Parts: sequence; C-alpha cells; structure tokens
Amino acid sequence: MEQKKYWKGLEELHNTEAHQEIVKNEFREELPFESEGLLNATTPRRDFLKYLGFTTAAATIAASCETPVHKAIPYVNKPEEITPGVANYYASAYAIDGEYVPVVVKTREGRPIKIEGNTLSSITGGSTSAKVQGAVLSLYDVARLRFPTIGGTETTWTELDKQVGAALAGLGGAPAVLLSTSILSPTTKKVIDAFLAKYPNSRHVVYDPVSYSGMLLANEAAYGKRTIPSYHFENAKTIVSLGADFIGTWLNPVEYARQFAQTRKVSAKKPEMSKLFQFESNMSLTGANADERYTHKPSEAGAVALALLAAVGGSVSAPKLDAKVEAGVKKAANELKASAGKALVVSGSNDVNVQLIVNAINNIVGANGTTIDWANPSGYRQGIDADMAKLVGDMNAGSIGAVLVYGANPAYDYFDAAKFSEGLKKVKTSISFNDRLDETTELCKYAAPDHHFLENWNDAQGKPGYYSFAQPTISPLFKTRAAQDSLLAWTGNTTTWADYLKAEWISKLGSQEAWDKALQDGVVEPATAPALGGASFAGDIAGAAAKISSAKKGGKYELVLYEKVAIGNGRQSNNPWLQEMPDPITRATWDNYACISNTLAKTFSAELGDDYEINVEKKELKIKANGKEIVLPMLIIPGMHPEVIAIAVGYGRGKNVGRAAAEVGQNAYPLVSYNGQTFDYFAVDASVEATGKKYPVALTQTHNSYEGRPIVKETTLEEFKHNPKEVNEDREELKKFGKDFRSDATLYSSHPYPGIKWGMSIDLNTCFGCGACTIACQAENNVSVVGKDEVAKAHEMHWIRIDRYFSGDENNPEVVFQPMLCQHCDNAPCENVCPVGATNHSSEGINQMAYNRCIGTRYCANNCPYKVRRLNWRDWNGADSFENNLYDVADMNDNLTRMVLNPDVVVRSRGVMEKCSFCVQRLQEAKLEAKKAGHPMKDGAAKTACQQACGADAIVFGNVNDKNSEIYKIRNEEQTERMYYVLEETHVLPSINYLAKIRNKDAAPKKAEKESAHKEEAHHA
Amino acid sequence: MYRRVSILLRKHFVSVLILCASIVIPFSAVKAADPAKGKQIFQQNCASCHNVHKKLTGPALAGVEGRWSDKKLLHQWIHNSASVLASGDKYANDLFNEYNKTAMTAFPALSNEDIDDILAFIKVEEAKPVGGAKPEGGTATAGAKEQGSDNSLLFGIITLILAVVALILMQINSNLNKLAGDKEGQPTPEPIPFYKNKAYIALAILVLFMVGGYFTIQGAIGLGRQKDYMPEQPIFYSHKVHAGINQINCLYCHAGAEKSKHAMIPSENICMNCHKAIKEYSGPELFTAEGKKVDGTAEIAKLYDYVGWDAEKGKYTKPGRPIEWTKIHNLPDHVYFNHSQHTVAGKQQCQTCHGNITEMDEVHQFADLSMGWCINCHRTTKVQFADNNYYSIFEKLHQDIKDKKIDSVTVEMVGGTECQKCHY
Repeated sequence: MEQKKYWKGLEELHNTEAHQEIVKNEFREELPFESEGLLNATTPRRDFLKYLGFTTAAATIAASCETPVHKAIPYVNKPEEITPGVANYYASAYAIDGEYVPVVVKTREGRPIKIEGNTLSSITGGSTSAKVQGAVLSLYDVARLRFPTIGGTETTWTELDKQVGAALAGLGGAPAVLLSTSILSPTTKKVIDAFLAKYPNSRHVVYDPVSYSGMLLANEAAYGKRTIPSYHFENAKTIVSLGADFIGTWLNPVEYARQFAQTRKVSAKKPEMSKLFQFESNMSLTGANADERYTHKPSEAGAVALALLAAVGGSVSAPKLDAKVEAGVKKAANELKASAGKALVVSGSNDVNVQLIVNAINNIVGANGTTIDWANPSGYRQGIDADMAKLVGDMNAGSIGAVLVYGANPAYDYFDAAKFSEGLKKVKTSISFNDRLDETTELCKYAAPDHHFLENWNDAQGKPGYYSFAQPTISPLFKTRAAQDSLLAWTGNTTTWADYLKAEWISKLGSQEAWDKALQDGVVEPATAPALGGASFAGDIAGAAAKISSAKKGGKYELVLYEKVAIGNGRQSNNPWLQEMPDPITRATWDNYACISNTLAKTFSAELGDDYEINVEKKELKIKANGKEIVLPMLIIPGMHPEVIAIAVGYGRGKNVGRAAAEVGQNAYPLVSYNGQTFDYFAVDASVEATGKKYPVALTQTHNSYEGRPIVKETTLEEFKHNPKEVNEDREELKKFGKDFRSDATLYSSHPYPGIKWGMSIDLNTCFGCGACTIACQAENNVSVVGKDEVAKAHEMHWIRIDRYFSGDENNPEVVFQPMLCQHCDNAPCENVCPVGATNHSSEGINQMAYNRCIGTRYCANNCPYKVRRLNWRDWNGADSFENNLYDVADMNDNLTRMVLNPDVVVRSRGVMEKCSFCVQRLQEAKLEAKKAGHPMKDGAAKTACQQACGADAIVFGNVNDKNSEIYKIRNEEQTERMYYVLEETHVLPSINYLAKIRNKDAAPKKAEKESAHKEEAHHA
Repeated sequence: MYRRVSILLRKHFVSVLILCASIVIPFSAVKAADPAKGKQIFQQNCASCHNVHKKLTGPALAGVEGRWSDKKLLHQWIHNSASVLASGDKYANDLFNEYNKTAMTAFPALSNEDIDDILAFIKVEEAKPVGGAKPEGGTATAGAKEQGSDNSLLFGIITLILAVVALILMQINSNLNKLAGDKEGQPTPEPIPFYKNKAYIALAILVLFMVGGYFTIQGAIGLGRQKDYMPEQPIFYSHKVHAGINQINCLYCHAGAEKSKHAMIPSENICMNCHKAIKEYSGPELFTAEGKKVDGTAEIAKLYDYVGWDAEKGKYTKPGRPIEWTKIHNLPDHVYFNHSQHTVAGKQQCQTCHGNITEMDEVHQFADLSMGWCINCHRTTKVQFADNNYYSIFEKLHQDIKDKKIDSVTVEMVGGTECQKCHY
C-alpha cells in the first residue's frame, strides 16, 4: 500500500497556525450572547435569575395547556388509486436542456416528494444526478409564474390566445422564431413544426447556453451527420478526455458516469479496470477521478489534440508542448494504441477543428462502432451557435416578426446579452413559455408559463428506438398551460396536448394497451439492443490542423469557464438544495468564484496562510477578458494550471428568478466569446488583479477535521494484482488483540443482533463524488437548508457529505472522494456520552437518534470520531414552540415548498441533534411489507436513498446476517482484500465498510525513508 | 320493548359480501317457525336490501307469502333466484323487470327453516303499525340511572349516619372518661381545639402536600393527553348504530386500516353507497352525551347537504363539500404509527386501542395513547412468531422455543420497544 499524506486543503497540508487553532476548537464560534454587557454587569447573578424566571414563565405560557383541536378532513370522493399514507409511483422523464434521464416519481397523497431513476431504462439504468434529484423541489418553487400575463399584468388564457392569435395573424410574412434549448421530445418537435408551418418563413432556432456546436459541426464534416453519437464508455479500456467532464457535466453525465463505473469495479478475482487520462485546464470532477491527469492552458487544447493525433499515428506534425504534457500525450497514445478497438477519446472543446481532430483520433484507435455508436446517435444537443448569432442579428435588424422563447434564456446566458435584449425589444410579438420571470421573460410582452415537467405530458428520445415518457404526477399547481397546448392552440389545432401525444403514440405503438404499458414502464426500448454502427471518416485533417496551429496564442493568464455539477448552466439555479450542495471539487456553496492555483495566488500576495481557507473572507480578484470584467473572490484549488483562472457559469441570476438564486455570485456568461463559428468558453488573454477587498465564501471543506488520522486507503492496480492483501496490511496489527477483534479487544459484551443487522459498503473506486446521494438524502430525510451565513459557521445539515482529499503534488494532486455519513457503530462513542439516552443502539445495529428526547448537549457530536452529527442551531423548519424563531433564507418554509417534505420523516426543531438514520423509514416499510406478506425480507427490498440515487452503484446496503445478501458476500467473499473500516483501530465497530481505492497508474517508486516519515506524520499529526 | 329496525343497506355488492362473511348460520334444529330467530337472520342477511314496510333496493316484504303462489317456489327464489327466473314463473319475472333486472343475491346457505323463521318474523312485523312502536328505551335507561343513583345515595346516607354515630360515641366515650376522672379526683386539662393541635396541623399539611403533589404530577404528565376526549362532531355519526346495531364491518369504511398507516376517515362517497337508499333514521332514539335528543334523519340530511345530494330527485345537484371532522386520536408529530402494522402483521382488533367502539354513539378516546401505554402493550403482546415466516430469521429465538427456554415471543423481544421503531 502506498503510504501518502492526505489533505483536505492546503492549510492542512502546510499545517498552518489557523488550522491548528481550528482543529483544537471544533466549535469555532463564541456562544451567541447578544448583549455584551450581561457578563460585565454588576449583578450578573440577579440578571441570570431574572432571565431564568422569565424564560421559565415564557416557556410555560408558550407550552400552554390548551390542546389544539385538529381537523380530519376526508375526500368528498376519494380517487380510487390513492390510499392516504401509501405512496404511488409514476414513471416520468427528466429531459431538460438535452439531458435524458428516465425517472420514477414517488407521490404521497397526490404530491410528488421524491424522484428516483427508472431502472427499466437501459440507457441510465436507474441512475440519477444531483440535478435530477433536486428537480422535485423546483416543482414547488414559489418564484414560478402562476398565471399568464400580458405586459406584466395577469390575464386569462382566453384573452392571451385572442391577443397572441391576432398578433400572429398580423405577422404579414415576417418570420416567427421559436427559440429553445435542445429538445429531446419528438412529438413536441412535431407540434413546433406544425406551428411554424402555419406562419411562412418561420424557423426553429436551437440555442444551448453551454454549446456543443463545435462537436455537431465536426461530426457533420467528418461523418456527414450533424448529430451527437452514442458513447459506450463501458466498452472502453482506455479513455482519454480532453477537458470533457463526462462524469459531471458533459452531455448526459448520468449515462456516462454509469457506463464508466462499470469499468472501475475491481476485485481480487477480476483485477481489471479502465484507464482514464485527463488533459484539462481546471480541476473538473472527471479530472479528479482520472488515473493520470495533465494540465494545460485552454489555448493549448487544440495543440494537445493534434499532438495526440500525431502520437497515435495521424499524418500531422505534433506541435510543441510543455514537457510534462508531451510525456502524458505519448503515454496516452501508447495506451490508446495498445487497446485499439477498446479506446475512446472525448473532448469538451466547442471548437470545430479540435473536435474534428478528436474524430480523427477516434477513427484511428477504432472507437467507431465499438465505443462510439454512429448508427444510433443520441442527439442530446442540437444547438448551432451561428443560428443564434444570426437570429440576434436579424432581431436587431427588425426583420423578425415574433419570437417564442421556450426554455431558453439568452437575456441571461447569451454572451452578448445586451444585444439580444436590444433585439428582443425590436420584435413586435415576444412570447415566453418559461416558468418564471427570468431575464428573458421580463422582456417579453406575453408570458404563457409552461407546466413543470412533473405536471405535464411529454416524451423524450434518448436515441432512436429508445423513448421515455412523462405523465402528470400532480394537477397543475398554478394557472399554467403546457407550452405544447399553447402552440397547438395558436396553430388552430383544437386537440389538447395530452390527446395529441396519446394519438401519436397509439399510432406508433399500435394499441391503447401498448401506450398504457409504455406510460407505466416509463420507457419504450427495442427488445434487442441494435448493433453498434461505425462510420467512415472523411474530414479535412490538414485544414483543421492548420487552423489550430494558426490560432491566437495565449497571453500571460488565461480564463476558462466551466459548469458546476449541481448548478449546471444556471437554468435550475433557484434550487436551495443545489445551491447548498458543496461543489465536489471546491467544497464551496452558494457562490461562484475564481479558482486559481496556489502558485498564481502567491503572485497576488494572497499567501496561503491564516487569511486563507479558515477565514470565510476571501480576497477579491478583478478579472478582465474579452473586454469584459468580473469581480469574484478567489479560491485556491490545487490542480489548477498555474496560469489559468476558472469561473463557473450559472450564477448572477436576475432578481426575479427566486430567492435562492437571485443575485448570488456573478454572471460569467459575458466572458464567453464568439469566434464567428462557435462560442468559446475560454479567453486566451486575461488580466487579473486584486481589488484589495474581501468577500465571504461558505466552504465546507475544512469543517470536521480528522486531524491527520488515516482514513483513506488506496493502491495501484499493478500492486493490487501483485499482492492484493497489501492494501489492508495494517489490519494485521489488529490481530494482536486476539482472534476476533470485535469481541477480544474489549471488556464489554457486544450487542446481540437476533434478526437483521444492517450494513453498508462504499466502494471508493466507483464513488466519483458527484453529490447525487447528498441531494437524494436531503429530499428523503427532510434535511434542512441553512443558507450561506450558517454554512460559513459550519452549521450545514447534510447527513451524507462527500469528503474530498488531495494527496501528492500540490500543483497536480490526486483526489479521493469519500462519502461520510453516520457509521452506525456497534460500539458507538456517541451513545455512551448522551446524558438523556437520546441516542442508543437498536437490535438491528442502527445507532438510533430520538429527536424528541434530545436536549442538545452536543456531547455526542464532540465524541464522534467521524464528525457526522449535526445540531440544529436554529429553527430551520418552524418546528419551534416559540413563534418568530424561524430562520429561513430560501423560502423553504412556504406552504407551497413544504409540500415536498416526506411525511414519514419528522422535521427537527431547534437544539436537536440529527444524523443519518440509514433511512429507517424505508427499512421499516420494507420490513412491514415482508411481515404482511409473511416471508423473510428479500435482499435489496430495503434501499437507502443514497444507494438508490448512486448511478455507479458505489453503495451497497443490506442485512449482514443474511448469508445470501450482497453485502455479506462483499465483506466475506468478494472483496475481503479491499474491505476496511475507517478508524477500525479505535474499536468503534462501524456498520459501514469501505473498499480501498485502486488507481490504474504506474506503481509509485518506493522511497523507504519518505514513506516512514509519512507514516509517522499520519499517526501524530 | 324494543323494536330494532336494521339499517337498510342499498344493494351493494361489497357490503353484502362483508355481511355474508360475518355471519355464522346456526344449525340448531327448529321445529316451529321462530320470529325471534327470524329477526336475527333477517337483520344479518336481508336488511341491507329489504324492509318490511318500505320498498328499498328490493320490494317491501309485508305480505310476501301471499304474493307467491307456492311457498316452495319462494324458498327456491331465496336460495337461487336465477333458477326461478329461468323456469319462467310469471310473478318472478315481473318482479325482476320491475326492479331494473337486478337479480336478488342468492342465499344457498339459508335452510328452509331459516326462511320460515324470517317469514314468521315478517308476519309479526306486519301486524305492527308503520314506523313501529316507539321504543321506551329512553325512559328505561333513565329509570336504570335513577336506580343507580338511588343506591349510591343510600350508601352515602348510611356512611354519613355511621360517621355521626361514631363521632357521638367518641364524644360520649371522651365525656365518660372525663366524668370518671373527675370522680377519682384527677383533674383533666381543657382540651386544645383540634385546629390548634400541632399534630393535626402537621398531618393535614402532609396529606395536603401528598394529595396536591399527586394531582400536580398527574396533571403535568397528562398535559397533551386526551383520554376520554369526546368532541362534538359536525354530524352526529353513531358508531353504535352503524358498527354495533347494524354490524357493518369496520374495514368497510376504514379501508386503510389494513393497507396504510392511516385507517382513513371514509370519504363521503362511501357514506353515500348506503345512504342513497337510507334516507331516514328509524332505529332507537339517539341522545348526545348531554342528554339532548338527536334527530337521526336530520343528521342524514346534513350528510346530503355536504355531498350535494338531493334526496327528492335522487341525484347530485351541487358540488360536494368535505366534512371537517374533529380528530379525536392525535399522536404527536414525532410518533410514527402504522395501522396496517397492527391489524395485519400484529393481528390486533380495532377494539384493543379504540375500546368498545360498537357501543359508542359518540366516539371518545379510549386509551390515553401515552408512550407508557404503547410500551406496556409491546412488552406483553406476543407476535405471530411461528405462523409468520418473516420471523424465521430469528434463529436463536426459535431455538429457545424448541429448548423450552421461552414459550412465546413478545414484540419487545424482536426489538419492538426500541426508539427508532416509532420515532424517526
């Protein structure tokens, strides 16, 4: 096993003074006494008694003896399918901005409360992402438009139809343009086409805020198909990603992460895994999971692709590159060649030439037909940047009669938003279907708000033959109308959208029964998967290479724009869950910022030290690029290229989009530029200066320190093959306590587990850190949103966090993600110290937390070696006996928003400790079902929310006492070599085991001296 | 003398099934037709569709014997009406057509004697005036009440008299002692009045403290508990009439009890399954807890008002409004309770927690629903350990039973008193 030092942040690596201080004081803030004078007063004792008397009296009055009268109101006419207290599940489809995720929606008493992946889909196989998990909250967004408006005033649909009808009739040949993001619904496209056909010269412009135009055009140039192929990462042995964050944000990450995970499952019996090379400028989620990672400037992206093409045998000359990158390219090329036919290269560039070169590489390494399927293209993105640029030009020229905005929001995310807005003003008839008063809708004359996708009918095509369906899971909450209904009405078609879609599919599928089944399953797929198809490459390599070589060279600093895993392009950013989800890499919440390397930080005399990372106040940087400037706080991110600044898009939304997103962070879209063909999400010549001011950023990365105790284990594939037991060598030491560490290392008798004993296994190799589990847990367990200020005080409430550890080179570190949640210890330190017995052990191995018994001493949290207990420092939910104590920064307690709460889980009040419960409500339900049916619990009948959300199946959960269960087999048969417990030597006996991470990289050269030094450090730091 | 008129269920398949399922036909041999027995059979089988005097789902049964040409045919009709129709009997077919070709439910389980009992009962009923004799239950109950209070008054008076006698005797004893003392020349001090006697005062304080303390603690524990809570409901719905007298299965209305955590207050369409036909209340007189007389028919009219049913026209004429019942059994938010867990997996009767609901005109909270009450039950109640295969995983407990170490397994032994079984 490789002995290395892991660090959560640079301050821990360098062990700064502030870090030492913070480790000593776990609870960093002073007690919140509001009046300074109290303790200095001359008679504090009397005051104390006064306060005591007052509070006792107040509490007595507040807990008044009046018993409230509750009403029980039954249905007048109960819908047959609803039984109050029993959940119904409806299949649906998440298809927003070109992502394709078939889902199943859990509803209780008619309210959708949770989204799960649809396991019947062979494309996503039941995976979800943080964004998909969070989508259920957006249904109850209080900022949604609640009725149609004309010129900002409420109107009726009849009136709107009348006016819009008149306006469209009066176009007089001027084109109507439907402006949307990528649409996956074939039937919606049909409706749009019918609408546009009615008005001459009209067209549909697809505009993606984060565009894949370069790829579409390159595919057209190389293969004659302007489309996105289907990728099959699961077939790849070597994957080279040139800045494509396919695990986090690239095209359809839910699908790709799942495929990629299948190549990362390693056991001693099958010591094989894929190898991932990442070449990028900033630290992306995929880069963090790469086996080998190299950094370059964004202006060199083309050069790297060219060099790779040259190295795999393409007829181009390799440009000059940094020595390290050059070596990396060689290595990647060798691996690609060695695994020809099982190789895949993907690129995140939006440059046609770069993508053409990537196509050429894939052609040479035999990816077409094996890892890339051209016969069944996915079509996840359809936007062509030039179309959008032309539209904006036409609008400004006054030649557009009407613009109908459907999902797109260019007034916010177009690089030249001012020009778009200017042009929109010149369009006589502007209509928006968007769900809120966003930046574009504000400028439109008519607002015809669309349903939320959970209220609407729809279909979506993943690839030809693979369809998913959405059906209403709740009656529309507001006076909204499906955009398709509006379009049908304005086309003069009196059919409703629901009937239209139904008729369409009954004619396709053949019968009502087949349609019913399609709706019930949520997907229609071919019985046998169609064969993968290749394509013959016919691109102009020399031309592309010439253009790349002649591209503008970079200045001193370069800027790169990226999407965050949770916020994405910013369309769904008014989602408090997603805003508060710590970013996998930066661990920051509620903001965007300028990510820079430590090297670059030093040049701004922003020395790493007491000022940095411990204090929430970060120095602000003013960044100028492409003639625009932006002021953002800086974050030092190890693994950034030293001359690159990275900024996330999706922030800085307008003030009407909702309380969670409005005016949070800065809008980075203006820094995008248009090269005449496609948008560039980077700037080659940026200047940076410190403003001298500071800005607070709420980071979670330095919360909950382990003080250097070793909790992550990893090794390389080579060493694992050579000696699989080595990674767990230190477990041998436990043998000195006796044969059985569990019973022999203690004087106390252990708990009996007569029936079920729950256990969980987490594979560090397939946990990519995407955060889907965190949001799934938040939705399932009513975990509170606390807001930026409270996160800054380490008061975040997430029950499962994903710790991110760096190791190795500060400038290009290796990253490990470790999900950390209550370990449900069998010898739990928290249980012993609770003075009121509020936390104790169950006969099923669950560390139970009885909220109503907790008095908030926090002894348990202090004694927890995993730092997973969370105190409700404030009344986040209005659950207090006292009124007006509510602390809610994101409209989470509106009666509308509260509809998302899981009625089987209580909301916790102030002063109460909480933590992961292993989703006990799900376990109880599964047990009850088994009891009612009279059979033992089946393995897999009880799934925790985090487990179900994980697309990579990194989490396995079940009954350890059941010898046929997956968890038993992992621990005792399949993964005995990799299986370990965190802090096992403390004999807390956790119920969660981890599987050691294995990297597919060259074994580290052994340095005996250094190794022992590290070991020393690890034990005593 | 009571006359119970059964609730008249509109012909409804499910309810008939439930009723059929719940009856056990007695097999004792009866020679002569017995109207009393007939009444019982009538209520269990026929009353949901038939009344003696009124047309309901089926015809009024007064004079039924006279209308049929042959008693045998009538027997056959009740056993299996379809066979009579098939035989082409004119009266039977006319009847069938008159009632919208609704076939009468077959009762093959009724013996000919049973049917004769029913007919005897009908004959007895025929003789009575329409509406039946007004029950004298009210006065009878009142009489019984007086009787009860008489007794306690008597005991009270006797106790009082005895206490006075005892006091007088004590006084006499004390005086005699004093006289005896005086005679022997022993002077006795003037007695201290009892209110100045320190021993008495201390005793009184102690008693007051204990009694006061007891009630304070009981009161504090009882805060938020609502045993015997009996709020007034928007409609005087009597469980006694429905579940008691008419023996409607609890699950007919509270259908969720076996499926869900909620037993469910029935939606109004469930009420209307029967009350489309049952427009009047003609059972025993109803009284509120305060003794006010309740007009049952008016209460049914309230239901019609809520659901928007026009009884005259026999159709819905306005949109329904939900009935806002006052919830009686309230558990705190931090308690998870599942009805189906208790009724299906635990095989508990409704009455275990809800008390003798079939005797309650107005429902009150029977149990205090405190945690102690829950836990006590979990400690003593046995699970279906051998019968439910779910428990097969508890190998050690099965072994213990085999080894005769234990004879049964309680809920507590399989973890039923742990915090997170109810609190999460």
